Amino acid sequence: MRDRDGLMKALPFISTPILLVLLIGGWQFAVSVIGVSEFILPAPLDVWNSLLDLLVSGTVWADIWITLYEVLVGFVFALIFGTAIGAILGRVVWLERAVQPALVALQVIPKVAFIPLFVIWFGFGTTSKVIMAAILAFFPIMLNVMLGVRSVDRGHRDVMRGLGASRWATFKNLELPSTLPYIFAGAEVGIVFAVIGAIVGEYLGGSEGLGHLVVRSLNALDAPQLFAVIVLLALMGSLLYAAVTLTKRLTIPWHDSVAGVSP
Amino acid sequence: MTISAPVQQRGAPPAPGSPRAQLEVTAVDKIYQARRGEVHALSDVNLSIARGEFISLVGRSGCGKTTLLRILAGLLPPSSGTVTADGESIWRGGKRNDEAFQHFGLVFQDANLFPWYTVADNIALPLKLRGVGKRARRARAAELCELVGLPGFENAYPRELSGGMRQRAAIARALSYDPTILLMDEPFGALDALTRDKMNLELQSIHAQAGATVVFVTHSISEAVFLADRVVLLTPRPGRIRSVTPVPLARPRSLETETSPEFQTIVRELRHELDEE
Repeated sequence: MRDRDGLMKALPFISTPILLVLLIGGWQFAVSVIGVSEFILPAPLDVWNSLLDLLVSGTVWADIWITLYEVLVGFVFALIFGTAIGAILGRVVWLERAVQPALVALQVIPKVAFIPLFVIWFGFGTTSKVIMAAILAFFPIMLNVMLGVRSVDRGHRDVMRGLGASRWATFKNLELPSTLPYIFAGAEVGIVFAVIGAIVGEYLGGSEGLGHLVVRSLNALDAPQLFAVIVLLALMGSLLYAAVTLTKRLTIPWHDSVAGVSP
Repeated sequence: MTISAPVQQRGAPPAPGSPRAQLEVTAVDKIYQARRGEVHALSDVNLSIARGEFISLVGRSGCGKTTLLRILAGLLPPSSGTVTADGESIWRGGKRNDEAFQHFGLVFQDANLFPWYTVADNIALPLKLRGVGKRARRARAAELCELVGLPGFENAYPRELSGGMRQRAAIARALSYDPTILLMDEPFGALDALTRDKMNLELQSIHAQAGATVVFVTHSISEAVFLADRVVLLTPRPGRIRSVTPVPLARPRSLETETSPEFQTIVRELRHELDEE
């Protein structure tokens, strides 16, 4: 059993490099053997060189920082407002009932459709992108927190009531720790959505950021650079997600999602 | 008011209002508003429990034994009637009198340990709420781990413990601030028979050491008799006390006690009463 557990733990570290090699191998195969046009699919090596050029020439760093700034500021706003509003709606049942139709409507509207509007309102600068990132990240966080606030175990509540705990003590010792896993579940989805919001915002308006660089590469028909920027975006998204997951691991090491399912 | 006899045998019911009574239940009614009308959960329940006494509440499921315990625990207000602890009313017009609950310890059917706290932090939670310092809390938690048979598990998380061990930790938590009244709602209901026997023996010795008054809800008649000074039998719809049976068996009781004819007679009579309904 022990060996098997160890193998299960090591499995992703073995499988991921294999999958990467297969992907890049298949890619190279498509280019050199099948002969796909390099406007459609540039060779892996060309993309790699283009990526190095971008990083060495230096101008791309400004774009990276701009996009990172938009994502992080938007995400932090979403985290603050999502947690606060989710907690309020989770506790105040009549309010949740009152605003539920509006919430559902807001959720089903494709929010990226608002970007041109935000550009009109807030200009071509970073503000409109920050707002887009925040709005996209807000909903998963708020909904998870709302669920979390309602999922506080009744037996645990009985313990606190039986001890005559004050509201503040109940919040600190029970409600907050019990809701933290839900906040993190929302944040893990939220950070990914924030990246999407910022990039789509850059696609549609503005003159800086990685999203804008994608559009510029497209206009220049520079396929290798287009791929290189996509690789950068993928890296940024992965690192941000990893940062959220790491924070979760450090904050709630006791939770099943971190500790693994108990035997 | 009746004046009680100067010397009362342990196990004999104290007279109502006697100085020995620590927990007094007088004319308690509980009516739930359910969708299909009213449910009369408890009707005219009167019970006087002496200091240090061990009371078992038995009855079929739905007889109101958990309802009665929740009223005693301050988790559910009675519809009418009064409950006093050490002469203080624990319910004042549907509002819980927190003062009177200073000396109560509760153990539930589920251990209800907080998964984000270690065993020690769970055990010491009531002390934390009372503003006891960190050092004193740690010392007390270690002491209680020893008492309930969990030495060395202070820093473990609840998910690392078995069901029986979690329940021990829950008992330790209830004992952490030296309660004089311990209320237990089928605490061993989810455990296997062997663990249950062991826990019953340990509960007996904890009761002897801590000297607290215990009200213990169970649906197992033999468990009730084994632990109790008096067994209170409740009948359902509406829940009311059908009988109060003293258990004059010597303490400490062992597993052999259960094979003794006296023990079996009491169990048989109680089972008979339960079947008569």
